[in-house]
Amino acid sequence: MKAEAATGLATAFGSALLDGGVAAPHSVEELASVCAFATGQGWRWRISGGGTWDGADTPADLELSTRRLKGVLSIAPADLMATVDGGVTIAELGAALLPHRLWLPVDPPGGGARSIGSVVATATAGPLRHGYGPVRDQLLGCTVVIPDGRMVETGGRVVKNVAGFDLPKLHSGGFGAFGIIARLHLRLRALPERDITLLADGDRRQLLAAAQSARDSGIGLCALELLSPAAAGTGGWWLAARLAGTSAGVEGEGSRLRTTTGLAWATLSGDHARNFWQTPGAAAQSGSTTFRLGCLTSGIESTLQLLGTTAGAGATFVGMGTGQVRWSGEINPSQLAGLRRELAAREVPLTIERAPWPVRRAEGHFGGLRTGVGPILGRLRALFDPHGSIVVALEGDHG
Amino acid sequence: MTTSPTTALAPDLLGALGRIVGPGWVRHRPAELATYAADGLPTHRSLPGLVVLPGSREEVAAVLRLLAERRVPFVPRGAGTGLSGGALAGSDAVLLTLTRLNRILRIDPANRRAVVEPGVINAHLSQAAARFGLQYVPDPSSQTACTIGGNVAENAGGPHCLKYGVTTNHVTALDVILPDGSTAMLGSPQGEPWGPDLVGLFLGSEGMFGVAVEITVRLEPIPHEVRTLLADFTELRAASSAVSAIIASGIVPAALEMMDQSCLEAVEASIYATGARTDAAAILLVELDGGPEAVAAEAAIVEPLLRANGARSVTVATAEPERARLWQGRKKAFGALGRLAPDLAVQDAVVPRSALPDLLDHIASVRDRLGLRISNVFHAGDGNLHPCISFDRRDPRQAAAVETASREIMEACLAAGGSITGEHGVGSDKREYMPRAFQPAALDMMCEVRRVFDPDARANPGKVFPDHVCREWRGGERL
Repeated sequence: MKAEAATGLATAFGSALLDGGVAAPHSVEELASVCAFATGQGWRWRISGGGTWDGADTPADLELSTRRLKGVLSIAPADLMATVDGGVTIAELGAALLPHRLWLPVDPPGGGARSIGSVVATATAGPLRHGYGPVRDQLLGCTVVIPDGRMVETGGRVVKNVAGFDLPKLHSGGFGAFGIIARLHLRLRALPERDITLLADGDRRQLLAAAQSARDSGIGLCALELLSPAAAGTGGWWLAARLAGTSAGVEGEGSRLRTTTGLAWATLSGDHARNFWQTPGAAAQSGSTTFRLGCLTSGIESTLQLLGTTAGAGATFVGMGTGQVRWSGEINPSQLAGLRRELAAREVPLTIERAPWPVRRAEGHFGGLRTGVGPILGRLRALFDPHGSIVVALEGDHG
Repeated sequence: MTTSPTTALAPDLLGALGRIVGPGWVRHRPAELATYAADGLPTHRSLPGLVVLPGSREEVAAVLRLLAERRVPFVPRGAGTGLSGGALAGSDAVLLTLTRLNRILRIDPANRRAVVEPGVINAHLSQAAARFGLQYVPDPSSQTACTIGGNVAENAGGPHCLKYGVTTNHVTALDVILPDGSTAMLGSPQGEPWGPDLVGLFLGSEGMFGVAVEITVRLEPIPHEVRTLLADFTELRAASSAVSAIIASGIVPAALEMMDQSCLEAVEASIYATGARTDAAAILLVELDGGPEAVAAEAAIVEPLLRANGARSVTVATAEPERARLWQGRKKAFGALGRLAPDLAVQDAVVPRSALPDLLDHIASVRDRLGLRISNVFHAGDGNLHPCISFDRRDPRQAAAVETASREIMEACLAAGGSITGEHGVGSDKREYMPRAFQPAALDMMCEVRRVFDPDARANPGKVFPDHVCREWRGGERL
């Protein structure tokens, strides 16, 4: 944080606002006041949550963190809904829900230390996206603080709601460009009676074919993830399937999975299964850059070949039902630009989830946009953040 | 109720539009315009200035460019089955009817995607996909008539959205013609967007952001096994309790629907009669789908839960004909209710599931106090109520009572932490409730986001927001 900002904030809000050189408001209202003050001063800031994922090197006058917004404000077991502050971590939320036998089916890369606000802002879904949908599907509504200090609450608290425009969708995956996600209304699920993970290793093509047959058979899975050796922390490729539900249902679907794929699956449950999924969660930030691709399932194999030749060594994670491919490793801006061009020709978008600032600045989280999107995006940015207070590279300056 | 009897559009607009779409595809005679004076909401009527029916996306773009040049408002419309008065146009506006854009452009079974034009009828897509073992899941009650484009505009739902999600969960990409006639390509075939989630933002924008001319949707496999359970209850609150118990068990049924006694009586007195006992206070329809073992296991949990919560009987069906018979009353409920009076106002609101029993009691008290017949048929699993009010709009007293009942029900839903609409949209029917549902900062931001897509606010003016909240287009000038 620049000295001028630190002094100015301490004077206006007291030194208790600052935490290790970071402005960390104690409440949503204080966050709104700090935003309005900083905007009035013409400062530019970067947003952070738990500080474990991305953005620490983003140049700014100050860092504004949600790390002290830790309220689990309500849990409604009968309605399968919770209201939490944006700084609550995935692990903290899980612990709060457990006594109610509830869970939030979100397993982001980077693991449980990440804040829920960060996970929503970056739309970083993990393998559970296969069964429960992307992060945005768990978001019923949210309060966002925009740079002028207004608190904008949109969406709602019920699972079905079409009143007004769906602004929460803009914030889910907006990388903070439209404000700070300060409070969220989340959709929960009841903990399943049984939750197991099946693992098989083998040749990549063999595993791809097996995963395809499982998908085509309509087997009820909540995750079906192909993991490269670096992603699985092993010497070979692995296919991991997660099944959750009633015991009989899980047994039945597991049996169908074995029959359909012909693979020799090992079964993990309880802590063994939880420990297994922590490995790819951590490997997703093993390199300095992590990006995700959205490809149709018929294009997964050719996309993996392209990644191998263009991006090089890295940890690769493939959602075999969703077509979401994640890669983490080392890649420079020009390599990334080339990969993006190749993928765009195949109608596959590449979204940078985390990267050193020079990479993000050059290439942007989204890079080049499709027809007509650039002007819309520009006007949205101008609407929510007219002074460019939030430092975020959406499109990049391409070097 | 509103009616605009004469066109306020420039006389030469008719010819200019005719040169784009062909003169036979512009409607201007009063009798023709009267066809388009209402959608499925009986309390609102409005004659459009003109009706134009483009036959291609190029014609849509050309029409919108012409209207932009002349600063003429327009209202996109699908089949006109909407229930919020969202597709009504005033005499100063052109109604852009999209039913001629009705081609299924391609089905990609390997990737479970379909690309359709906006005028494709919802049920036709599932019929076309069935030969690949696939289906399009969102199934609004009007699915044999409503269009996918209209579903996109309203973010439509349906009984099977409890497990599989509403329209926004099934659309991956949109080609959109913006109100100035330019094109924007939102989303991607897989669904990961190039940029922020503008597909998600566009879904449910009620025709105020532009016109989707090509829609890529996700298809889902037809389940291996489907089991339908019909339970009848002698107490309405008991049925509501059963809903809560099922949801709390961790099971997410494919559908969880409720009909009350008034609705049952209407169905059983119609040609759609199923033989259900009309002395029941309510029935619940629970549909389970998936692998055979999973369905059997879930049924073994659900059936005892129904009985433990007071079900007098539980009928179970697995074979298609029997399942269809159990569903018949629910699927035909609106048709049966339509026989009760000249008009039927189908309301739409959502409450947290735990509030369902109290809300149903409240609706009953409103019914009794105002002397109305209100029947309930709704998506109980997600708390999405549909109080259906039978009335005669020619009777001012009844019409006023309907307005009063609707307002009181909406206020009760908001007080319970719910929403004023779960799947029908705000349209022109509920815009006055918006300031009660949202803080001014949120309403302001929604109005401004609308102007990101439509700086002149010419697309579907007079909807979603009260005039005093979001300044609207009137008579060629922005107010």
